[in-house]
Amino acid sequence: MQIVSVQNLRRFGKPIVFAACLIPFAWLAFNWWQAFAGQPHDLGFNPNETSNRFSGDWALRFLLISLALTPFSRILKSPKPILFRRMLGLFAYFYVCTHILSYLWLDLLWDWAGLWADIVKRVYITVGMTAFVLLTPMAITSTKGMIKRLGAKRWQRLHKLVYIIAPLAVIHFFMMRKGFQLEPLVYGAIYLGLMAFRLKGRRRS
Amino acid sequence: MLIKRTKSWRLSENDVTPEAVYLDRRRFMTGAGALVGAAALVGTGALQAATDRSLKTLPHAKTAFDPGETPTPYDAVTNYNNFYEFGTGKGDPSENAWRLQVAPWSVRVDGMVDKPGTYALEDLIDYNALEERIYRLRCVEAWSMVIPWIGVPLSSVLKKYGPQSGAKYVAFETLADKDQMPGVKSFFNVLDWPYREGLRMDEAMNELAFLAVGLYGKELPNQNGAPIRLVVPWKYGFKSIKSIVRIHFTDTEPKTSWNVSAPKEYGFYSNVNPTVNHPRWSQASERRIGEFGKRKTLMFNGYEEQVAHMYDGMDLKRYY
Repeated sequence: MQIVSVQNLRRFGKPIVFAACLIPFAWLAFNWWQAFAGQPHDLGFNPNETSNRFSGDWALRFLLISLALTPFSRILKSPKPILFRRMLGLFAYFYVCTHILSYLWLDLLWDWAGLWADIVKRVYITVGMTAFVLLTPMAITSTKGMIKRLGAKRWQRLHKLVYIIAPLAVIHFFMMRKGFQLEPLVYGAIYLGLMAFRLKGRRRS
Repeated sequence: MLIKRTKSWRLSENDVTPEAVYLDRRRFMTGAGALVGAAALVGTGALQAATDRSLKTLPHAKTAFDPGETPTPYDAVTNYNNFYEFGTGKGDPSENAWRLQVAPWSVRVDGMVDKPGTYALEDLIDYNALEERIYRLRCVEAWSMVIPWIGVPLSSVLKKYGPQSGAKYVAFETLADKDQMPGVKSFFNVLDWPYREGLRMDEAMNELAFLAVGLYGKELPNQNGAPIRLVVPWKYGFKSIKSIVRIHFTDTEPKTSWNVSAPKEYGFYSNVNPTVNHPRWSQASERRIGEFGKRKTLMFNGYEEQVAHMYDGMDLKRYY
């Protein structure tokens, strides 16, 4: 019997991946707990900035990882990676929510007027918020029931939104950095690479 | 990656490698075994100490320049830095700046000046005239600190070399050495090196403009712009250029690095101004490092009384 069977992946693989995906959040939550308690923490000298960046980094990473699963399954010539796509996509949404919570609570201190001013005036926040708004219906319709209710075709069309969301997230990251920095461009290159792989595959099939 | 870096910030005094061992390590690392040495040391956790050379205590006079606010802890001042020549991360300078050779150090003074030349740091700065000034520092990224600098008024240094009457501006340059600065060596340049800054002559002669050679009573750590840096407390932090190697007197407004890189975001003046927002974020408030809440940003960073008169009649929205 195969060790990496679909059944084993469902039974053991998924809980393990789920727990692993929670590690960055656990790190962040633990360190904020320590910071609020006045204990030593690893958030550095500007915990708000660290927290915004850390949560944003992971949101973007999960988004790209979930986008990488289809190409990955094609390379493996196996549909198994797809088993994890919904979970990883939802974790991307989870970290986006953490990112926004970090910004709204820890950075803006629930200043709703400030939030609105930022969304209207600060283009990188407008871009980021647009990505969040577009990602929300994807998260909501991620259940089996929703797929049925929408019908596979409409559901698929809706979930193509991710091809817009990912570049918006990269642009948001790029714009937020001072000057022309390398790191956002690396994420952008990964996105373009994944897209190129998809297009190449499509042309062939 | 992040976890590791922040861990290094948390090192206590006890973790600091003894100086002799450290200096020995540097000699070792700059030798042929650099790569092997780095690999061997990464695991020990002793790779990065906040301060890598022994910083001499600087005798100095206390002055009235004290906002009466709690100075930002030394740890934060020396580990949370923007010094892109050593990397764009806030922890990069304290990690990488040990490579900087600060002695001997000389500064080229040229342009419209009576006594141009290349002067040793000790000629430039009168170490018997050092004073301490506790200034607020407001970064353009909306965070701030309070730092006790040691140094001399900028005007006292500039006057020594006899600026000519036609000189309307003073331009400064930071060292740009690929061998010492990984950010300069990097194939991907965030800024066009060398880093350049400048002041209008009246700004440079203002009593607040300061040349710092130390902080917290000792020499400047490398990551803070050793051995000599500018401190212009009423302007955003990036105007306070670090590790200066050139002072140039000119009659035209000098090119400044951030202005060249993004002219719509960073002006030549870059005075702290809560009413003129950065295109991408508000400048109305700031986070004092070490505090969770936010403070209102003060006009000219609270130095209105000393500097506002220089900008009378100027549209500060246009000349941001």
